[in-house]
Amino acid sequence: MPASGATPRRVSHLRYVLTENPVTLVAVVMYCVLVLMAGFGPMIAPYDPLATAPERALQPPSAAHWFGTDALGRDILSRCIVAARLDLGLAVSAVALSFAIGAPLGAAAGFFGGWADRVVSRLADTIMAFPLFVLAMGIVAAMGNTLANIVIATAIINLPFYIRVARAEANVRRSAGFVESARLAGNSEWGVLVRHVFPNLLPPMAVQVSLNMGWAILNAAGLSFIGLGVRPPTPEWGILVAEGAQYILSGEWWVALLPGAVLMTAVFSFNLLGDALRDLLDPRRRT
Amino acid sequence: MSAVATHAPAAADDAAPAPGRALLEMTDVSLEFRTRSGTVRALQHVSLSVRRGEIVGLVGESGSGKSVLCYALLGLSDRAARITSGRIDYDGIDLRAASERELQDLRGREIGMVFQNPRAALNPIRTIGRQLEDVLRRHGAVRRADLRERAIEALREVAIADPQRRHRAYPFELSGGMCQRVMIALALCGAPRLLIADEPTTGLDVTTQAAVLALVRERVRASRVATLLITHDLALAADFCDRIVVMHAGHVVETAPTGALFGAPRHPYTQALIASTPAGRDALEELRPIAGGLPDLRREDLPACRFLERCPRALPACRDALAHVAPGAAHAVACNNPLGAP
Amino acid sequence: MSGEPSPDVGVAAEAAARGPGAALPREVLLEAIGLSRRFAIGSGRRAPQLHAVDDVSLRLHRGESVGLVGESGCGKSTLARLLARLIDPTEGAIVFEGRDVGAIRARDFAVSGQRARIQLVFQDATDSLDPRQTAFEAIAEPAVRMRLPGDVAARVRRVADEVGLPSELLGRYPHQLSGGQRARVGIARALCPEPALLVLDEPTAALDVSVQAVVLQLLARLRRERGLTYLFVSHDLNVVRLLCDRVLVMYLGRLVEEGPARAVFDAPAHPYTAALLSAIPGGGRAPEVLPGEVRSPIDPDPSACRFHGRCPAGEAACGRTLPQLEATRAGLPGRRVACLKPRV
Repeated sequence: MPASGATPRRVSHLRYVLTENPVTLVAVVMYCVLVLMAGFGPMIAPYDPLATAPERALQPPSAAHWFGTDALGRDILSRCIVAARLDLGLAVSAVALSFAIGAPLGAAAGFFGGWADRVVSRLADTIMAFPLFVLAMGIVAAMGNTLANIVIATAIINLPFYIRVARAEANVRRSAGFVESARLAGNSEWGVLVRHVFPNLLPPMAVQVSLNMGWAILNAAGLSFIGLGVRPPTPEWGILVAEGAQYILSGEWWVALLPGAVLMTAVFSFNLLGDALRDLLDPRRRT
Repeated sequence: MSAVATHAPAAADDAAPAPGRALLEMTDVSLEFRTRSGTVRALQHVSLSVRRGEIVGLVGESGSGKSVLCYALLGLSDRAARITSGRIDYDGIDLRAASERELQDLRGREIGMVFQNPRAALNPIRTIGRQLEDVLRRHGAVRRADLRERAIEALREVAIADPQRRHRAYPFELSGGMCQRVMIALALCGAPRLLIADEPTTGLDVTTQAAVLALVRERVRASRVATLLITHDLALAADFCDRIVVMHAGHVVETAPTGALFGAPRHPYTQALIASTPAGRDALEELRPIAGGLPDLRREDLPACRFLERCPRALPACRDALAHVAPGAAHAVACNNPLGAP
Repeated sequence: MSGEPSPDVGVAAEAAARGPGAALPREVLLEAIGLSRRFAIGSGRRAPQLHAVDDVSLRLHRGESVGLVGESGCGKSTLARLLARLIDPTEGAIVFEGRDVGAIRARDFAVSGQRARIQLVFQDATDSLDPRQTAFEAIAEPAVRMRLPGDVAARVRRVADEVGLPSELLGRYPHQLSGGQRARVGIARALCPEPALLVLDEPTAALDVSVQAVVLQLLARLRRERGLTYLFVSHDLNVVRLLCDRVLVMYLGRLVEEGPARAVFDAPAHPYTAALLSAIPGGGRAPEVLPGEVRSPIDPDPSACRFHGRCPAGEAACGRTLPQLEATRAGLPGRRVACLKPRV
């Protein structure tokens, strides 16, 4: 039923998106590197990230150890690579959870208005009042210092963000012509929301999701920096920075800065990816 | 043959005064857009002139190039546009060679513009009085102390009731018709000698449209302003304009005085356009849709006459050569096989 | 496709009014009685009310094409949506095929079996199509949602064929179609559930004149072939004149004139209709320019004519009485006008 040219068109659209803006290509490449690191970290890491070797402690970057070694002689590059899996995992889980709850809530609030809107908006306002670290510490104190709880805390903090974006987009579209068309075609109000309004929210939200991923990675790193969630010796970018912080003043800059740079690069690539995702998902941009 | 009744605009008011010399002269202008999917040859060998005191209607469907032409005239084309040939002269000044500064001086003072969608063209966060004063200050050679009075006077001249109070109004407080009157006031308050109106009444109600156009005509006749009215509404052009220029796919296909154009159209496209207009018809069956669609202007293999593929009078020669409408022509057709040919 | 016959006492009376030799009375498909729709501006019980549609009564007979004309703000779009049951009336009744459909809330009507009977074609086909749906999916949706009998794909192909939409375009997205093609998709989609009444809200306003001609002829043909009833809402009187048997003129939410299209166009009874007709370009008439601005539809004076103040024929009495739709002075058949000093 769909035109037979659908698949090649998708491929050519993908190619167009990648080549139109060189920044997009860079972002996609970096993102692929990250995913590779997350997927195959232990296999591609040159050294065992947990293996200590006190005799090689605090060596600067060299041919043998590209990122140098830390206080216990562990190869920092290997630790950075292996940490990708955990960081990305935390971020993706938090964002996915947040999106799964926040986007439908926001869309319903924006589409139906009235008391649904009021309740959801007040909920979002309440959550926004809490700083992340305070909430995370509260949850950890109440429910234990586990990875799952860190994910939950980050997801909760992110909720208002998705609620707001979804609500605004749904609000704009509720008076669109195709919404009336959907009603004429026999959709119930929920049918209109689920089948027409929500799918059209996805392109603008794709950008937000990607930006949010970057922020979620930073949050995960920040929480472990202060000792919540992930604990040493598990490699995780935040912990690596925390471990290296004490050595900055004494001149061993690579212990903190290089993991920090990796963290920054990861966040950066997600931010750049947001636009590319939106272009990919928006059928109107296909020519 | 024409069902559109050209009730002579002269009947409604003074007869069109004898036109003076050409104030605006476009000669053999070609313009193209470079896009990632190809080069769009938006205008080709377009010649057009407007004389003092004359109202010329530029008529065409969407995609005919009439808006592109209008923006090219004013030097407001998109950055991807390039004029590849031709001259655009205003009162002897070569507009293509003019600097941006010189063009800015001309726009507003010598050349007034009225755009479609008046609400979008007005600054929403400034009162209309202030916007008028901005133009007056820049182009009107009015003393600071007199600005407000002049602005209120300008509003009165476009038949806006209670101009003292409206002077302080924001565009969102005004109806579409009133916004368009404000646009006309803005265009005319610099006392321009050339007025360019791009679809000024599209989106306005028919009664408002009649009032706005009556106003424009009255002001334009009084000051002998050369007027170029761009519209897709053939019937409107018939009522309002002294002379009509018909465009199709970037070409000027015919230009003639209004009565002659509707009484005896020479280009097959003009005839087809008239035949597909509902105005003045008695039965739906009389409407003749035009076969086919606009050709893709990115094609390398476009025939010399772009109407070829839809034309019932096409000749083999039409693919290779076409004599374009000459600059300064008052009555001409760009066709190898025009109607009424001997 | 036809519903059970509906009682129409009114039609017999009207036939009598039309006089001997008039056409046989036709079955009334839809009747609106005292229909009003008001919108509150702001909140609170005493908030000012915008009278979008005010006390409108009309009848649509099966098989006829009725034009609804008026300028922006007159309420014709609101009336169209009321009759298509997309919004609910504040007051009044809508009787369709003998059933009181006005009493059912719009959101319940959408999922009722009757949704298929009344459909609407939109002005802006681009806006009315979901950008994420192909043409096929858009046309098929009513059949799927309403669980219409038969093979969905076959039904879609049939109706696409009827509206002249080539089947290779069915897989395309709206932004890959031309304006005329999108208009056809909108029409196909409305016809898919085989409605009895088709409300068309300025369906050709956004189209080029040559494409418009094609769509208008298509609409005329479809009506003939399928025996549809049209309510054609438009501000373009030229088009209404060609396509409609009867015309209703609205001003500020009220019906001000009603009658056979030709008769009204040749000899308008209401001064507003006359001004409207004279303003059409190419009509050969010098426009009667109406002074002043339209009165506000918010909390209008209930005992003054809405056109008073702009009306070239207005007098003091017009400011004290709200005229009702009634027969013209000359008692012309089928014609009604709401004016103290009608021209006819």
